[in-house]
Amino acid sequence: MATAHAAHDDHHADPTGWRRYVYSTNHKDIGTMYLWFSIMAGVVGGILSVLMRMELQEPGIQIFHGLAQMVYGVGADAALDNGKHMFNSFVTAHGLIMVFFMIMPAMIGGFGNWFVPLMIGAPDMAFPRMNNISFWLLVPAFTLLLISMFVEGPAGMHGAGTGWTVYAPLSTSAHPGPSVDFAILSLHIAGASSILGAINFITTIFNMRAPGMTLHKMPLFVWAVLVTVFLLLLSLPVLAGAITMLLTDRNFGTSFFEASQGGDPVLYQHLFWFFGHPEVYILILPGFGIISHIVSTFSRKPVFGYLGMAYAMVAIGVVGFIVWAHHMYTVGLDADTQAYFVAATMIIAVPTGVKIFSWIATMWGGSIEFRAPMVWAIGFIFLFTVGGVTGVVLANAGVDRSLHDTYYVVAHFHYTMSLGATFAIFAGWYYWFPKIFGYMYSDAIAKLHFWVTFVGVNLIFFPQHFLGLAGMPRRYIDYPEVFAGWNYVSSIGSYISAVGILIFIFGVIQAFSKKVKAADNPWGEGATTLEWTLPSPPPFHQFSTLPVIK
Amino acid sequence: MKTYAKFALALLALATAPALAQAAAGQAEPWQMGLQDSVTPVSDYIHWFHNLILMPIIVIIALFVLALLIVVMVKFNAKANPVPSKTTHHVGLEVAWTVIPVLILVIIAIPSLRLLYLQRDIPQADMTIKVIGNPGWNWTYQYPDLGVDESGEAKVSFTASLLPEDQAKAQNRPYLLATDVPVVVPVNKTVKVIVTSDPAGIIHAWTIPSFGSKIDAIPGRLNEDWFRANKEGVYYGQCSELCGKDHAFMPIELHVVSEADFKAWSEKVQTASAEEARDFLFAMLQAKGQLASN
Repeated sequence: MATAHAAHDDHHADPTGWRRYVYSTNHKDIGTMYLWFSIMAGVVGGILSVLMRMELQEPGIQIFHGLAQMVYGVGADAALDNGKHMFNSFVTAHGLIMVFFMIMPAMIGGFGNWFVPLMIGAPDMAFPRMNNISFWLLVPAFTLLLISMFVEGPAGMHGAGTGWTVYAPLSTSAHPGPSVDFAILSLHIAGASSILGAINFITTIFNMRAPGMTLHKMPLFVWAVLVTVFLLLLSLPVLAGAITMLLTDRNFGTSFFEASQGGDPVLYQHLFWFFGHPEVYILILPGFGIISHIVSTFSRKPVFGYLGMAYAMVAIGVVGFIVWAHHMYTVGLDADTQAYFVAATMIIAVPTGVKIFSWIATMWGGSIEFRAPMVWAIGFIFLFTVGGVTGVVLANAGVDRSLHDTYYVVAHFHYTMSLGATFAIFAGWYYWFPKIFGYMYSDAIAKLHFWVTFVGVNLIFFPQHFLGLAGMPRRYIDYPEVFAGWNYVSSIGSYISAVGILIFIFGVIQAFSKKVKAADNPWGEGATTLEWTLPSPPPFHQFSTLPVIK
Repeated sequence: MKTYAKFALALLALATAPALAQAAAGQAEPWQMGLQDSVTPVSDYIHWFHNLILMPIIVIIALFVLALLIVVMVKFNAKANPVPSKTTHHVGLEVAWTVIPVLILVIIAIPSLRLLYLQRDIPQADMTIKVIGNPGWNWTYQYPDLGVDESGEAKVSFTASLLPEDQAKAQNRPYLLATDVPVVVPVNKTVKVIVTSDPAGIIHAWTIPSFGSKIDAIPGRLNEDWFRANKEGVYYGQCSELCGKDHAFMPIELHVVSEADFKAWSEKVQTASAEEARDFLFAMLQAKGQLASN
């Protein structure tokens, strides 16, 4: 029996050509596809944001009426109204693309798929064919979202101008056209993809660890993904329920959120944020894991306070589920309810602080090498701290009364997401690129990419704190002249960041054309996790003999 | 020496220019970096709490983390420290960076909750205005205290829309903040605001930054908020919940006037149109020099 099995394995030719990818059941190939998908979606979402910043560079409406004429072919008379709506539709698409099609595929689908099995010493994911469908569902989901931008939303206008929150009744009675339906179905499919992925990761991590790898010996990135996928598994069904209710309100005459028929628009907000708040931790937790590995590798020191780091993530995950209404301080919740959410929200600062200080303690006493991934990681730690402390300000319902729905909030969540999560992704990209593709990239280009991006994103988002404090509301296509100054600075920052992306793409092309072979472990003794014991890139199937962890 | 003195004077003038421009309170000023001027007890508390408690704390924390990062980069880079230590635990440190943040949060929580209850425990009001967000991106204001008809509807009810750009420029009023007719309330009176949205409409949010108040206008719900403005003047706000294509074009303009002026205006508005009452009020304020004439 055993010999028959071995013989069968020998016949197993590695698939080639398009079959290798379309039919793929290999966690590394699927992970690679996720990464390319994420880069593609990130470029689309980034172009949307640069166009928005071009519009906001000066007061008045500059480009969107022209864009609406160009893209939708509307007449000159309808151009202004269509342009205003188009801006909102860009706001929506930018948010949804960056959350569901850029950060999540990169962190969980890309790095998660590649390195969870490698780090726990497993040959592949637990359900390889389900892994395939998880990835390929993203393609129709993304297509549906793009279609939603080009079909009717409000009468005579195109796209869903609802924001990524899709609040009712803006998304129901105010958007009679099919655009919002396309967006909802897109979220349904992306959500199904993530739930399947989450089940796969949970099963893999619980059942396929190499002999000797107890939970408390698991690398922190695996811990981060484990917590993340539990959040996905528990929160996404709530989103699915909420948007299904939207769908039936829109199409089948139900009135869950229709006030005039006994429904309640605020119910939608509770359901959405019960998903939405854990979602923001889903976006950042894998980044926490990536940063821990990079900091430890390039300090040539083990992670400081390993157990504290792991359980801080568990704590963030648990508390993240009971703070959702801090997004809703102005809906008219009574004072006691708000008081609870203030207290619960502020508690999250404690485990987050533990992580920040533990990273610094990991570096303390280390022998730090400033290679590109480390530079990105250090940038992450500082920028995430800035985003974190403004979160503490916003946690206070009393002050949030002034800041809710202003640019202060935009600045806060871009410091945690655009500067936090994205910096973690680039750090991970430069850390694992040699392992994934087998080539070394140019450290100088990677660092240039860092500095241009660092200057650019800070120019975009730091002045937005001032705009928010001064009272400028978010999701505005036009603003009073007094806000012109900081908006101009912010737009300049956006163009600089776009140059940063071009440098990134150039660096990737350069690495693939130079084909400098990467060593199995290019980072030296600090890189201790199992993926560095394998060749770069690893063989199509790894660990046919399971490694034993002492 | 003299040129230096002149230069210093010019600098001083530049530095004080924004302070002088504060006469136009009730809206932000160019390059503003902080909160808008406060004219209510709630907003005073927000200013104190944000500017004197939260800001110093978060700036110190951010700078502390930055300083630690710089220290590790300088002291513990591969050149300066070729042999890494193997320390991975320090119970004292780990307890400290858990307990100290908790203490800081407790210090923040006490004024935070006081502010919250100051905002949400609506005091006995001297008067009430009702605000309704409309699907056509404007606000309807009602004064039930000035009399109601048999069906219970306020007799004084008018709709305030964006003042178009050409008119705003012509009248020297801020475009995207000014409305065709303003809301008018008396100074030093506790005003309760009841905010809702058209039943067939969508969610908006009514706010005046200088008052520190912001509350959503939701179909089917009556939300309440309050303010007690202690300074006469014009105060502006903008819709603060995404509501469709003209979200950026439904401003709020509110005039806080003396009790006598409010009385005169309210008598006028009960017999004449909101526009006529507005012209009457503006003429009165301009005669006293309280409002710039155009």
